[in-house]
Parts: sequence; C-alpha cells; structure tokens
Amino acid sequence: MSSYYFTIIGTRDNPLYEVEFSSFKPSSSSSSSAISSSSAGSNQPHIPGKSQFTPKVREILPFIANSSLDIIEDSQWSTNQFNLGRIDSFYGLLVNAFITQGNIKFILCYDNPSNASSSQKYDENLIRQFFIDVNDLYVKCLLNPFYSVNDAIISSDFDLKVKLLARKYL
Amino acid sequence: MSNNDNDIILASATSLSTLTINDISKDGFGYNPSVGPQSNNITQETSNYLLSKRTTSITSPNSIYDKSIINKKTNEISLSSLSFLFCEIVNWCHKSSKGIQDLETRLNGLGYTVGQKYIELIKLREGFKTNKREIKIIEMLQFIHGIFWKSIFGKTANELEQSQDVSNEYMIIDNSPLMSKFISIPKEYGELNCSAFIAGIIEGALDSSGFFANVTAHSMAIPGFPLRTVFLIKFDESLSIRESLRR
Repeated sequence: MSSYYFTIIGTRDNPLYEVEFSSFKPSSSSSSSAISSSSAGSNQPHIPGKSQFTPKVREILPFIANSSLDIIEDSQWSTNQFNLGRIDSFYGLLVNAFITQGNIKFILCYDNPSNASSSQKYDENLIRQFFIDVNDLYVKCLLNPFYSVNDAIISSDFDLKVKLLARKYL
Repeated sequence: MSNNDNDIILASATSLSTLTINDISKDGFGYNPSVGPQSNNITQETSNYLLSKRTTSITSPNSIYDKSIINKKTNEISLSSLSFLFCEIVNWCHKSSKGIQDLETRLNGLGYTVGQKYIELIKLREGFKTNKREIKIIEMLQFIHGIFWKSIFGKTANELEQSQDVSNEYMIIDNSPLMSKFISIPKEYGELNCSAFIAGIIEGALDSSGFFANVTAHSMAIPGFPLRTVFLIKFDESLSIRESLRR
C-alpha cells in the first residue's frame, strides 16, 4: 500500500494546498497489511487512508516536491501537455506532476508499492485522472469571488473532495 | 438556504488572514497553511467519513464543488443587464479615479483578475481529450482571438495582426466591442477607452499563462465601425528569447 503526498504550488512557488494520504484500497494480500500495521506501530490500529510515511521521509516531502519545480519549469515550455507524467524520483519516492494553463502546479509524491511494471501504466492513468479531477475542483475554487490566485486553499469542502478523489482513484 | 451560504463564505474569507497555528478545524477537514500537511491529516473519524457511501460535502449540501462547471451549452445573458453592470463599474471607477489614465488603470485592474480566472475555466471547458496547453505566442494569441473571445463575447475578434515595426507587439482588433456598445466618450475625456477593462482581461489571461504582456485599448474608428477598438499587446522582451530557444 503506497502513501501519497499531494501539493498544489502557486505561480510564486508558494504552496496553496498540501495533503498526505495513503491508498484507500484494502491491500490484496494479508501479508502486506501485516507489514504495514507492524511498521506503523503494533499498538495503533490501522486507519484506512492515513499516510504511512516514516517521520524521516515526511520531513523532506515538501523539499522533494519543491526540488521538482525546476524540472517542471524546464519541461513546461517544451511540451504542450497538461499532465507531465512521472518527472522525478528520489530514493524510491516517485514524483508526478501536472500543470494548468494558469501556471499552477500539482505535484504528487508517492512511494512505489510494488516493482511490477505491468501495474505502472495503470497507475499513471489513474494519477492522470486524479490530476484532471483536482484541476476541476481547483477551477471551482478559483471562480469563487472570495478566492484569488495564489491564496492558500483552506476550504474544508475542497479538502474533503480531494480526499474523496484520492479514495476513488489512488 | 441562501443565508446559510452567505455565512459560510464570509466566515472563510475573514479567517483567511487570521488562520494561525492554533486554529484547528472543527470538522476535521480543511488545510491550514500555518500548520502544513499535519493540519488535514486523515484521522480515524475523517477516514470513516470518507469511506461512508453517503459522503458528499460537509458545509452545505450544494457547495460550489458539487456543481458541474463544464457545461458545453452557452448560457446567454441579457445585454442590457451586462451593459448596466458595466456602466456601474465605469461609474464607480470614475468616482475614485484621479484622471483618465488612472481610470483606465483601474478598469484594467478589474479585468485582470477576471482574465486570470477565466483562462483556467475555459481551458477546463475545452476538455482534456483534445486539449493542450498554449506554449507559443502565436498559438496563444490565436486562442485568445478565437475560442477565448468567442466564449466571452459570442463571436471571434475581427483581426489579429503583428506590428510591422516592433517585433514583440501584436494587435487584436474588434470592430464593435460588446462592453462599450452603449458608451459614448465625452470630448474632454480624449483618448479614454472603456475597453481598458477587456484589455485587462487579456492581460490577466496572458500573464497567468506565462506570456508577460502589457495590453492597452485604443479607439481607431473607421467608416462604418465608430467603436472599432485595437488591443495593443506588448510582450515582455524575455519571451522572444524563450521562443527562439525552442526553435
């Protein structure tokens, strides 16, 4: 079961929104769930959706996301795609990115659950779909007259909707 | 219902500036920028909430996030209501402005935020199947001149030209701008053109897409089209370097 760190970065490289979560899908084999529960601490019950990053990794997640901004800015003027796909990896953490017309960057860092290459294509498509739907939410938020570009998104409804999308796709 | 909606929007707007590290979300959702990703961590409660089938939204049953904004059919609004609204906008800017230049700047500034938001919306509405980001000056201008114009004003702009003298200047020409249809500029106001608002929209759209530009509106009447307006788009020098690197 993989954990995810999703962030929206504004045009001034400022974070607008961040969230950590893990895959909501129940892990297929009982052995992998045993590993994850033991790593989270045996006295704590497993909460579906709670990110499983170790404290050490959690600390550097924003740095990983921000360091990939350079790569995004390099490729943003050479490709006309919204979804930039997988752009970076950092010691087993993979980084996918998406950029909107208005230069807002969506970055998703996640640890690789399995090394099976067959499921990777599938994952990429799901992440793309996730980004597209978050873009839809972002535009809805943007159209709110009480929100202006580069403000932090503190709406609890937005947060809920993003997490619901996470549950749906990832 | 509507009263309830108002409360919610006001509450979040006032808390925007005052959200501190001590503010904890009551319902367990919502990102707090002073705390970071810990603020909206998934807990047992929120996890249960997310996994329940009935979950749609927490604050109000019909929040903006529940409505679709991707409707293909064009919503028509009355020209008179638009004109009256714009009339008030011009009037309001005029009252607080110190001169013609200042008035134009104010109108431009109002249009700017519209453009910033509208460009995202229109790209979303185009759909992601056939859609692409605009990364070249010419394609971006064609997009503004075509699809963008059509979705705001119901028609494409009349002409798109490149300046012959200066390489980074372009012109979008509209023979009868919708907004200033019923506006007559008094003689003593000289060069004032209320389409500065539209110029602001263009500028906002270009700037947020990374095409830094300065857009101004100029009246250039020709026989038959007394309101003909030229939107002069002057791109930043750095853009030509970026364009040349790609080739």
